[in-house]
Amino acid sequence: MLAGILRRVGRRLFASIPALFGVVVVTFTLMRVLPGDPAVFFASGPSAGKEEIEELRRSMGLDKPIPVQLFRYLGEIARGDLGRSMTTGQPVVLDIQRRLPASLELTCTALIIALLLSVPLGVLAALRPGSAVDHAVRMLCTLGVCVPTFVSGLLLIYAFYYLLGWAPDPTARIDIFASTPPEITGFYLIDFALVGDAEGWWAAFRQLVLPAFTMALFVLAPLARMTRASMLAVLGSDFIRTAHAMGLSRLRIIVAYALRNALLPVLTITGIVFSTMLGANVLVEKVFSWPGVASYALDALLASDYAPVQAFVLLMALIFVLVNVAIDVLYGIADPRVSVA
Amino acid sequence: MSEMAIGRSGTGRHIAYVLRSNPVTAVAAAGTLLLVLIAAFAPMLVPYDPVASNVPHALEPPSSLHWAGTDQLGRDILSRIIAATRLDLVIAVSAVSLSFVVGAVIGGFCGYRGGRLDRWVGRFVDVLMAFPLFVLAMALVAALGNRVENIVIATAVINLPFYIRFARAEVNVRRNAGWVEASRACGDSHLSVVLRVLLPNVLPAMAVQISLNLGWAILNAAGLSFIGLGVTAPTPEWGIMVAEGARFITTGKWWLVALPGLALMLTVLCFNLLGDGLRDILDPRMRT
Repeated sequence: MLAGILRRVGRRLFASIPALFGVVVVTFTLMRVLPGDPAVFFASGPSAGKEEIEELRRSMGLDKPIPVQLFRYLGEIARGDLGRSMTTGQPVVLDIQRRLPASLELTCTALIIALLLSVPLGVLAALRPGSAVDHAVRMLCTLGVCVPTFVSGLLLIYAFYYLLGWAPDPTARIDIFASTPPEITGFYLIDFALVGDAEGWWAAFRQLVLPAFTMALFVLAPLARMTRASMLAVLGSDFIRTAHAMGLSRLRIIVAYALRNALLPVLTITGIVFSTMLGANVLVEKVFSWPGVASYALDALLASDYAPVQAFVLLMALIFVLVNVAIDVLYGIADPRVSVA
Repeated sequence: MSEMAIGRSGTGRHIAYVLRSNPVTAVAAAGTLLLVLIAAFAPMLVPYDPVASNVPHALEPPSSLHWAGTDQLGRDILSRIIAATRLDLVIAVSAVSLSFVVGAVIGGFCGYRGGRLDRWVGRFVDVLMAFPLFVLAMALVAALGNRVENIVIATAVINLPFYIRFARAEVNVRRNAGWVEASRACGDSHLSVVLRVLLPNVLPAMAVQISLNLGWAILNAAGLSFIGLGVTAPTPEWGIMVAEGARFITTGKWWLVALPGLALMLTVLCFNLLGDGLRDILDPRMRT
């Protein structure tokens, strides 16, 4: 079983190498044709002399032909060197290391919220197709995909910060006057829980709720729709009728028999949903001034500082590939028939 | 997709039937028509000049004078929302048509010819799909230059994989059908078989995609201008209006964000519902 899973992971990772290589080439090319000469941008000022700019270009490797730059870049990636951010002056790897947990914490929380909301909603809708619940869920889904994340985020801020006063000031991961938790995992909720700081945990949680909900609302629709459709298909199948005929309790049939089988397509679509969320991160992090990798890349992009952007795009593609591998493995565990094949 | 032959006379009856049993589609179609009319006649509909500032009346809530309130420079928000309709629709429609035409042709040839071309295109599409698409669009706009045309191109590129795959799959299953053989036997060139015989045949199925895609394209374009790419400041555009209003949301100036956001939402809603309705009309089996 374990060996089978490992083989599967290995095969999938291997199969994703060409796509990842393509991603590197595409990002590299994109960033090299960026308008504006970064050497001029980062020279001491508008009065910088020609020699100084030339020197900078040489030190950044910008004087070499593009293919040579690409090879250099590939070598650097292999060594784990993603360049240096010109705006923060730090190696990009370090910056990203510091900021990635913030983004992951936000995205994962949002995904959990979305799943916790959409699966029960989809199941409820499927249990009584055509009922008021079904129509309500469908309406929620239809509206959910129409509201852009940046609008729903701002409206949530208006409702919960300005009107009700329940949410804290929507900037950063934690109140500027509160102390940050010790660096253990970088996930504030986990770190606070590990050191047993209930007050800190609550502060971080309050800060996280609105952005996470904003993102969750956006992906609620595909998940709930998929749950409903696959639940409907499963509920109509023979083994459910048999279970009913055997006199099993309704709850048991729905949860243990139907839902477990219905979750497989939901798992598949979670991969696509995750990709959407990685993109939506940019908007949500901007709305909530969340100090994650997406806002880092966005700031760098607007300052034509291309090393962080390259690293960010590469990282997002890498995470996406890894998530898909993980989903594939989970799929194999959930449905043993898949791993036999 | 539907291979069921619906006779000419039956089609009209079928459309009427779908519209009757699903009035939402009719409403969505009417809404889309209204949007197009607003976009076409925007300059005549605006009550105020959408770019004229009037600082003494800045940040006023909706009133009988300014139905949607005024922004930080005292510009009338309703006028700006109306004026923005044209730009947003033009961006979305041109992006989707661009990726539809390019995607259908590339996908059509790949599905028809197969072989090496098909494999390389398939790989390219895989690479595009490995990116989170919004991130790719961001990088594209930044690389090509911060202009409206490039928002169109970026949105078109991130839509492209879906059209290529769709057209490829649809053409692939039909390439050995009897009527395709017949057209070849009549001496049509391969080019003509793909462009004049196969692609028109998969067009109806793609129409649904187009409608569903328009809403997505608008959200994407608005998202790009929200983060400061593409459309620049004084131009009225929904995304940038929301971005400008974002600064005032914590002091309770909701109309700066909510009303352009509402316009955005209603537009996407219209396109999505229309797409669902079109699918019901074209492919009765796909109804949910």
